[in-house]
Amino acid sequence: MARYAREVAVVAFAQSDHLRRTDELSEVEMVMPVLHQVLAATGLKAGEIGFTCSGSSDYLAGRAFSFTMTLDGVGAWPPISESHVEMDGAWALYEAWVKIQTGEADTALVYSYGKSSPGSVRDVLTRQLDPYYVAPLWPDSVALAALQAQALIDAGETDETGLAAIGARSRASAGANPHAQLSGAVAQGPYQVAPLRTGDCPPIGDGAAAVILAAGDVARRLCERPAWITGIDHRIEAHSLGLRDLTDSPSTRIAAEHAGVFEAPVDTAELHAPFSSQEVVLRKALGLGGDVAVNPSGGALAANPMMAAGLIRIGEAAARIHRGESDRAVAHATSGPCLQQNLVAVLEGDRA
Amino acid sequence: MSTSAATGKEPVAIVGIGQTKHVAARHDVSIAGLVREAAARALADAELTWADIDAVVIGKAPDFFEGVMMPELYLADALGAVGKPMLRVHTAGSVGGSTALVASNLVAARVHRTVLTLAFEKQSESNAMWGLSLPVPFQQPLLAGAGGFFAPHVRAYMRRTGAPDTVGSLVAYKDRRNALKNPYAHLHEHDITLEKVQASPMLWDPIRYSETCPSSDGACAMILTDRAGAARSPKPPAWLHGGAMRSEPTLFAGKDFVSPQAGKDCAADVYRQAGITDPRREIDAVEMYVPFSWYEPMWLENLGFAEEGEGWKLTEAGVTELDGDLPVNPSGGVLSTNPIGASGMIRFAEAALQVRGQAGEHQVPDARRAMGHAYGGGAQFFAMWLVGAEQPTS
Repeated sequence: MARYAREVAVVAFAQSDHLRRTDELSEVEMVMPVLHQVLAATGLKAGEIGFTCSGSSDYLAGRAFSFTMTLDGVGAWPPISESHVEMDGAWALYEAWVKIQTGEADTALVYSYGKSSPGSVRDVLTRQLDPYYVAPLWPDSVALAALQAQALIDAGETDETGLAAIGARSRASAGANPHAQLSGAVAQGPYQVAPLRTGDCPPIGDGAAAVILAAGDVARRLCERPAWITGIDHRIEAHSLGLRDLTDSPSTRIAAEHAGVFEAPVDTAELHAPFSSQEVVLRKALGLGGDVAVNPSGGALAANPMMAAGLIRIGEAAARIHRGESDRAVAHATSGPCLQQNLVAVLEGDRA
Repeated sequence: MSTSAATGKEPVAIVGIGQTKHVAARHDVSIAGLVREAAARALADAELTWADIDAVVIGKAPDFFEGVMMPELYLADALGAVGKPMLRVHTAGSVGGSTALVASNLVAARVHRTVLTLAFEKQSESNAMWGLSLPVPFQQPLLAGAGGFFAPHVRAYMRRTGAPDTVGSLVAYKDRRNALKNPYAHLHEHDITLEKVQASPMLWDPIRYSETCPSSDGACAMILTDRAGAARSPKPPAWLHGGAMRSEPTLFAGKDFVSPQAGKDCAADVYRQAGITDPRREIDAVEMYVPFSWYEPMWLENLGFAEEGEGWKLTEAGVTELDGDLPVNPSGGVLSTNPIGASGMIRFAEAALQVRGQAGEHQVPDARRAMGHAYGGGAQFFAMWLVGAEQPTS
């Protein structure tokens, strides 16, 4: 606990049911139930929260300043101390965690959301590539992930059977997750972009998540078994795929070292691996053995709401600690093509 | 929930500042080239190298302005961020200010020791007016850019305070003259006169063409560091004495668009942190976010520099002139330079330049404490900081 100035824990987590499309819901309507759930879980009111931070993407919403509308749903009156990252909500949680470390807040509300259904998310994501040299070619996210998967196969790190097993295991685990979009026996399906088949790819869907963080004794008061964030760090790599070894994730490894992952064994890992092949890369970077429960929630292969899927990994890991099903978990979030940017957090429960 | 500090924060020093010469279109550089130019200048100012930077915090306004989704991913290489943490902040027009505050928190919390923060907009890559005007079902359209949204609130201010309609042009005339002393400012109108401002076309009544901000390409960067970093600084650092952000909803019946409560609360928090009880007397220079000239008198009241209804009198009396009692926007302000996502950070950086004594021709003599202010959205997001020449004592 001495790594940082203050003890900070995840004390509540809520997520929406993740659905292929939510035409009947605005983003505000999608977010409000999860906000109400995490607040109800702690008994806090919006006005009692010390800091609020959210993550979302204007490009998914199809309009500028899209987050201003969801802020209205928070009920920011009287005015609140608030911020927003144009990133997955896991990074909003990081900003909130830093804010609590300064001592300026004792609690934080973190939320994120994304609706992929209104457009073609494969096309939309091409717009986050180098705008001068790469984006004009419209290489889509599945094609880029397929390059990474093929590089892994060529390096002898996995094969198509191994990849299929990851998808099957994830969706089987998701059978116990009422919020998952895909669960049970899901067919591996035809190639999307070889070597990736449908079963190796995440479902496209809409969803939202929210977390409440609290410091020290406030956390102990709000939660029976707080999920203490004993380490958290994030790192980015070069953007260009030609500058990276796609079979490795050095940014995940550096973040894990700074977060203290390797200082003691973990029993649970919630990995933000939208493609089965990316789990192979992350397992290696995090040094996860066969005894670690990887993505017991089903992970991003069971539900991948853009901008929320990373925050959900932290929330799912924390919820297992809250329930007493884990003592030391690692949670991971990613952003950018082929795992360019990665966040790693270690969550621990007090031992009985 | 109280916000009592469990531990003392690390003092934060600004030791490097860099910006580009802001222009309508930088055809000679890519987005990466633009941000790298500002970052390299900030590093040179601090006499540091890329290797000295522990983390990068970047901000800009909507991604639709350049047509690049989450451009920080592509900019990681250009900003020397590979292998480091990189955060991307987006809080609408206040983003340049809030980006600097998120970066300062990393140092204050002792998570990182030296942080590069940068904000940019390369508006020539796209069209900001249309970027703001994408139609969304069941939501209020903003089809005439920001001016159409803010003009009615200026009218409300005039009606509420009885301000004469000459005040807006006084602000524009002042800021455009101040910009002539700032080599980085976008608009250098050497032949500016008050009559020319007053004769310029009416765009959104009562806002005239010369009372609006330009559309700029530009970037601004700062190096923030801890006490040890400040001790190594070759030039005098600026010290952070207080910083805060406040947000309120866009649209609701109780909102005061003339003087939003979030702005008042944000300023009050900054003054409390900095030990300021009389901002008008204790603050030597203010860089405030004035994209339309009438927002100077409006913010003078909102920030507590004037009583309600009295802000325009300070402007009219010349108090806010560069040689006045309370210089406002000595740099020329947003009215002279507006790379939207960077505009807030430029305000913060100019405040720091003033207390470092590095503001050149637009230096306010003996400025010891200066304020940087930014706002955004429907006048709903606020970010402010107060910097001083001395290290804070508490």
